[in-house]
Amino acid sequence: MRIVAEHLTHIYNEGSPFAVKALDDLSLTIEEGEFFGVIGHTGSGKSTFVQYLNGLMRLPSSKKRRKKKGDRTVLQVGEFDLTRKKTDFRALRRKVGMVFQYPESQLFAETVFEDVAFGYKNFAEKKPTAEELERVVRAAIEETGLDYESVRNASPFDLSGGQKRRAAIAGVIVTRPEILVLDEPAAGLDPLGKREVMELLHKLHGDWCKTVVVVSHDMDEIAENCTRVAVFSDGKVLYSEPPRELFKRAETLQALGLDIPLTAKLCAALEKRGVPIDCDFTIEDFVKKTLARKGGESC
Amino acid sequence: MLKDVSFGQYYPVESFVHHLDPRVKIVFLIVYIVAIFLAKEFLALGIAAALLLLALIVSRVPLPKVIGALRGILFLVVFTATVNLLFYQGDKVYWDAPAVLFEWKIIKITQEGIIFSIFLVIRLVLLMVCSSLLTYTTTPVSLTDGVESLLAPLKWIKFPVHALALVMSIALRFIPILMDETQRIMNAQKARGSSLDTGGPAKRVKAVVPVLVPLLVSALRRADELGEAMEARCYSDGKNRTKYKKLRFTWRDLLAFLLGAGLLAGMIVMRYFPVFAL
Amino acid sequence: MKALEFQNVSFSYGDGAFAIENLNFSVEEGEFVAVLGHNGSGKSTLARLSDGLLTLDKGEIRCFGIPLNEKNLLTIRKDLGIVFQNPDSQAVASIVEDDVAFGPENIGLSREEIGKRIDFALRATGMEEFRRSMLSRLSGGQKQRAAIAGVLALKPRMMILDEATAMLDPKGRREIVEVVKKLNEEEGITVLMITHFMEEAMLCGRAVVMNRGEIVMQGTPSEIFERHEELLTFGLALPRIGVICKRLREGGLNVPDVLDPEELAKEIASCVS
Repeated sequence: MRIVAEHLTHIYNEGSPFAVKALDDLSLTIEEGEFFGVIGHTGSGKSTFVQYLNGLMRLPSSKKRRKKKGDRTVLQVGEFDLTRKKTDFRALRRKVGMVFQYPESQLFAETVFEDVAFGYKNFAEKKPTAEELERVVRAAIEETGLDYESVRNASPFDLSGGQKRRAAIAGVIVTRPEILVLDEPAAGLDPLGKREVMELLHKLHGDWCKTVVVVSHDMDEIAENCTRVAVFSDGKVLYSEPPRELFKRAETLQALGLDIPLTAKLCAALEKRGVPIDCDFTIEDFVKKTLARKGGESC
Repeated sequence: MLKDVSFGQYYPVESFVHHLDPRVKIVFLIVYIVAIFLAKEFLALGIAAALLLLALIVSRVPLPKVIGALRGILFLVVFTATVNLLFYQGDKVYWDAPAVLFEWKIIKITQEGIIFSIFLVIRLVLLMVCSSLLTYTTTPVSLTDGVESLLAPLKWIKFPVHALALVMSIALRFIPILMDETQRIMNAQKARGSSLDTGGPAKRVKAVVPVLVPLLVSALRRADELGEAMEARCYSDGKNRTKYKKLRFTWRDLLAFLLGAGLLAGMIVMRYFPVFAL
Repeated sequence: MKALEFQNVSFSYGDGAFAIENLNFSVEEGEFVAVLGHNGSGKSTLARLSDGLLTLDKGEIRCFGIPLNEKNLLTIRKDLGIVFQNPDSQAVASIVEDDVAFGPENIGLSREEIGKRIDFALRATGMEEFRRSMLSRLSGGQKQRAAIAGVLALKPRMMILDEATAMLDPKGRREIVEVVKKLNEEEGITVLMITHFMEEAMLCGRAVVMNRGEIVMQGTPSEIFERHEELLTFGLALPRIGVICKRLREGGLNVPDVLDPEELAKEIASCVS
C-alpha cells in the first residue's frame, strides 16, 4: 500500500485565538516496502500527519473544504481515499497499525493474552474460534520476543518496562497490518531495550510488514535503520530523501534545531581535515569506508 | 493537542477586565447576582444589563463567544420560562385585558405569569453572561488564587484553606495532562479497532473500559510520583507554610468595586422606591 | 567531607525483586558522580533511600555528616534535592514561578526571600524567560529544567537526578546535562546522576555501575569505558562513539577510546592518508 498526501492542511482550534496550523499544504509520498523515517522538532506536524494515516485525524467534509479556495487535498493510503467520508475507516485501521509513544499506556486487560487479543477480536469479521485466537495471539507475542507460556496469563501491569512495551506492540501487530506506524517506539527504554525494539521492527519488516514508518528524535537510530527520511518543519516536508543524502546537509539540519547522527559529525570533522568519507551514515559503512582509507602500515 | 488549549474558557486578550484582581471579579459576580434578584422593575434590570454590556465591550471578548455560552443553558431557560408561564398564579393586571388570559385544566396563563417569565429569562441570561465573563477573562489559576484568598479568613475556624488551595492547584495542573492522556489512550484503542466512535450504545459503553482502566492506572501512578516529588521538596503538614503569591489591588479594582457597590445600592433603593412600579 | 555516605545499608522490597545488601558507597562534597545500570538494576532505589522516601532495613545513611532519621528528615531534604524522571508529574502548580516557590513556601521562608530564590533558581537553569509560562506549554527539556529550578530554590548542597533525562529527546537531554554540569562547577553543588545513557556518564568525574542492587564497577568514565565486555554483561551498551572506536581498532586502525567526535576525527585523520 502506497501512501500519498498532497496539499494536506490541518489547523487545530480553527477560528479561536489558540489556532495552530499543524500541517500546511503538505505533500509526501511513502512507497510500499520502505522503512521510512519521520523527523522534525516537537510541533512540526509529524504527529498530526501520522494520525491521518489511519483515520484518527480526519479531513472536514469535502463540501466544507471546497468552499475554501478550490480544495485539492489528496490523501490516499493504498486503495483507501481518506478525503471521502464514506471510506471504510475500520478496514483501513486493520491494515495500518499504529503504535503510539509509550504504547504501554494502552494496556488494560486482566491478562496479556486478553490484551493482545483485543485488537484481533475487534477487527474480526466474525467471532474468531478459540484455536484461531490462540494461534494469532501466540504468534504476535512470540514475534515480539516475549515467552508466550510465561506471560499469557500474567497481568500486563506486572511486566517490566521493556516487556510492557513488547506486549503493547504485540497488541497492534496481532492483525498483521501492512503498514506499521510507530511514534518514538524506543523512547524511555534503556540502550539495550532500544536496540531490541529496532531489531524487532526490522524483523517484522523483513517477515510480513510491508511498510514501516517511524517517527523519531534519535538521528542515529534514523541513520542506522531508514531507507528514506522526511524532515518536517512548520507543517511542511522540507526534504524527503535517503539518509545518505539527507545527513550531508548537516548545517541546514542544525539550523532547524535538529541533531545529526554521530557518523555525520565525524564525516564533517574529517572532511575539514581533508579526509572526506563518502558513506551512508550507518556505523557499519562508516567503519568500512574509513578502514578502506587506511594506509599500508598501521599507526 | 488538547494540552495546547488551556482548558476552561479563558479568552486570552489584554483588557481592563482581564487585568482586574480575581477577588474583585468573584465578589462582583456575587454582588451582581444579588443585585439582579433584588431588581423588581424592568428599569433596574436594564441598568444592570447596560452595566454588563459595558463590561463586555471593555473586556474585548467577542459577542459570539458569549452567545455561545448561552446556548449551554438554553434548555434550562426555555424549560423554567415555560413552566412559569403555564402555572404561575397571580391576578395582577398590567394591560387592558383580563388577569387570567387562558385556562385549561391545571394550565393557567396569567398576565403576571407572562411578566414574571420574561423577568426570569432576563435574569438567567444576565447571570449566565456575567459568570461566563468571569471565566472568559480570568485564567483558572488566578481564579483559584482568588478563591483561596477570599476563603483565607476561614483559617480562624480551622478550615484547611491551604490544603484546599493546594488540591485545586494540583487539579488545575493535572487536568490538561489527564485530558491529553485520555485522548492518547482513546486514539490507541481506536487504532486497535475499539468501537468508541462506531457501533451502538451498548458497544460504545463496553468500549469505555479499555480507556478507563489505563487512565486510572496512569492517574494513580502519577499521584504516587507527585507525592514523592512533593515530599522530596520538603512538603509536610502545611504548618509554618508561607505563601509567595500575593494579589494586588489597584485603581482598576477600586473602580470595579465601586461600580459593583453602586449597582447594589441602586438596586436596593429602587426596590423600595420603584420608579416604574410593576 | 562526605556529601553522602551509605554504611552497610540493606533494603528489600519484599516482593522477590532484587535486594540491597550491605551496600557501602559514598560521594565526596563537590563531586559529579554517575550511577549507571539498566532498568531495574536498583539505581533508583538508591535515590529514594538517600532522602528517606524509602526506609532502609539495616545500616546507616549520612548526608553531610547528619544521620538520616525521622528527626533530621527535613534538614536532609533541604540539603539533598531530587529531580525525578517524569517531567509531567513533579509540579504542583501550573505556572513555572508558582511551582518553583513550592519548596521555599514549605520551609516557611519570607516572601522577599522566596522571590530571591526564584530569581536565583530560574537564572541558574536558564529559565528566566519562562517565569510566567504555563508548564503544560513547555518542552520536556524545559519542564525538567523547571523541576531542577524547583529543587534549587531550596538551596540544596547536593542534587540527585533520578533518570531525569530518560523521557527526554536528545535536545532536552543535552539541556539538562549542561545545566547540571554548570551547577556542579559554578555553584559547587554535589551531583549524583542516575542514568542509563553512557554518553551522559562520560561527563562525570566518577562512574558507578549497579546491577541487581550491587555496585559492580567503579572508576573514572574512561576506566569503565575500557571494560566493554563487562559492561555488556550488566545490560549496558557502549556509547556509539565507543562502538566506532572499537570497530576501527578491530579493523587495524589503531585509535584510542575517545569521547569527543572532533577528537576521534583528529585521531583518524592522523592514521589515514
